[in-house]
Amino acid sequence: MKAIVLGIESTAHTFGVGVVNESEVIADIRYKYEPEKGGIHPREAALYFMSVGPKAILEALKTAKVNARDLAGIAIALGPGLGPCLRVGATYARAMAVYLSKSLIPVNHAVAHIEIGKLITNVKDPLVVYLSGGNTLIAAFNEGRYRIFGETLDIALGNFMDTFVREIGLAPPYVISGVHQLDICAEKGRKLIDLPYVVKGQDVSFSGLLTAALKAVKKGHAIEDVCYTVREIAYSAIVEVSERALAHTGKKEVLVVGGVAASKYLKEKFEVMAKLRNTELAIVPPKYAVDNGAMIAWTGFLAFKSNITVEPEKAYVRQRWRLDEVDIPWIKQ
Amino acid sequence: MLGRGGDSMKLTYHGLSSKLEVIAVGAEAVLLKGYFLGIKSVYKVRVPKPYRDPKLDLKIRRERTLIEAKLIASARKAGINTPYILLIEPEAGVIIMEYLEGDLLRNTLNSLPDHELRKILELVGVMTGRMHNEGIIHGDLTTSNIIIHQHTREPYLIDFGLAKMSEDIEDKGVDVHLFLRSLESTHFIVKDEAYKYFLAGYGKVVGEENLAKVVSKVREIRLRGRYVEERRRRRH
Repeated sequence: MKAIVLGIESTAHTFGVGVVNESEVIADIRYKYEPEKGGIHPREAALYFMSVGPKAILEALKTAKVNARDLAGIAIALGPGLGPCLRVGATYARAMAVYLSKSLIPVNHAVAHIEIGKLITNVKDPLVVYLSGGNTLIAAFNEGRYRIFGETLDIALGNFMDTFVREIGLAPPYVISGVHQLDICAEKGRKLIDLPYVVKGQDVSFSGLLTAALKAVKKGHAIEDVCYTVREIAYSAIVEVSERALAHTGKKEVLVVGGVAASKYLKEKFEVMAKLRNTELAIVPPKYAVDNGAMIAWTGFLAFKSNITVEPEKAYVRQRWRLDEVDIPWIKQ
Repeated sequence: MLGRGGDSMKLTYHGLSSKLEVIAVGAEAVLLKGYFLGIKSVYKVRVPKPYRDPKLDLKIRRERTLIEAKLIASARKAGINTPYILLIEPEAGVIIMEYLEGDLLRNTLNSLPDHELRKILELVGVMTGRMHNEGIIHGDLTTSNIIIHQHTREPYLIDFGLAKMSEDIEDKGVDVHLFLRSLESTHFIVKDEAYKYFLAGYGKVVGEENLAKVVSKVREIRLRGRYVEERRRRRH
């Protein structure tokens, strides 16, 4: 019989429950917390997760047509993420594992983004560019782990974009029919204004750009031109550090994962760069680029096959659990 | 000014004509080998990046070309091993410099015998320290940007395209952080030894007090990038 794993995601704004068997996703239920104004409030999100958690789990089991007793294990994203949110998912997962006497499988959220991306796009050994609300990093597999070759020195790309559009009064909502407010506003801009472009080695930094862009809006520059400049600088810097990391690691594939991967302007830039370097480009489609439970279940399945489990009483959440701290025994190099 | 022809390029300055051979296609520049005024040279050509807005692209290439030439020269003056600069052409993004015979530290580090690992990494530390004492920040200090000279077996620092002048402890910390991360990602088997020797050399030049400041800054930088929680909403 196939090993079936249920996975729970609750690191930030999405409570997701996924179910996978050995080769495919058979359930993927998501409930997203949407603040009415301002940014994500961890405690509010956690309260929301408490209210939707049980039904999300039941719906996932029902969709997958699986009895909870037939699961091989319960996978849980223990980090990185927001503490209050992480603790809700972890509580459900621990309770299920204990009550059903199933293995509890610890999953790192960043690893899960990469593994589901590889499954969906079928790349094998990529340079990974992970762009989301809370993460901006460039990694590649080397000797047993995903090693980090570049990252943001301050705020993440998604966080930067959200903060900027919120501060200039365009958001929330942050995204309209799959397009970020920054991209919408930038479409009407043409003029490049003088804002700082910061690349340090293979790292990026956005805090200086944020301050300078907000100042430019205050000084009376057309908001569309500021958006255009911000978009050009932020995306170009990301593509440039990716190119530098490609040159450094010699990898032949690029995999872009995470919620910000959906931007078509960012995609265009990556396409141009990949073609120049004769590199294959894979961008995880929006459905799986954003947070979801299926990626936790899938990575949980891979980990379970390598005998990675955790005792429920030791399954602490880790808000700052770094990608390169995780052993990846299922990749043979 | 530059014409392409297969793997070789023809560069035509006044009174000059030299066959050039492509030796590396880096992330931001093409490196060519040839002769300039009879000196074996590297032509570093920053090529346009079609994924950037053309105006932004030109600005970045011009600035980096100027900065690189200027700070390589300042570093050399401060006693740091760097290649000689022979000619610069900022509008075209071209620098011509001395060709260094040797291999990248990236390719040799993992197989260095311990006494040589120590000698070379200490020297890298010493040069980084001297550079920081002069207020020069390299900006991309990795083992890919250090050449071990074939004859002297001394390290030479190259690729100052992201360099800048700064006395800020933050910038010095980022330099050391970038170097440490290149050890972690590409040389993790020897990284602890290598970093220890590097800091020993660095400390010798900048002094105990500055060493402690930079090391604690590095720790802070590394915690910061790791997972940034939602920024508190700022009121304006």
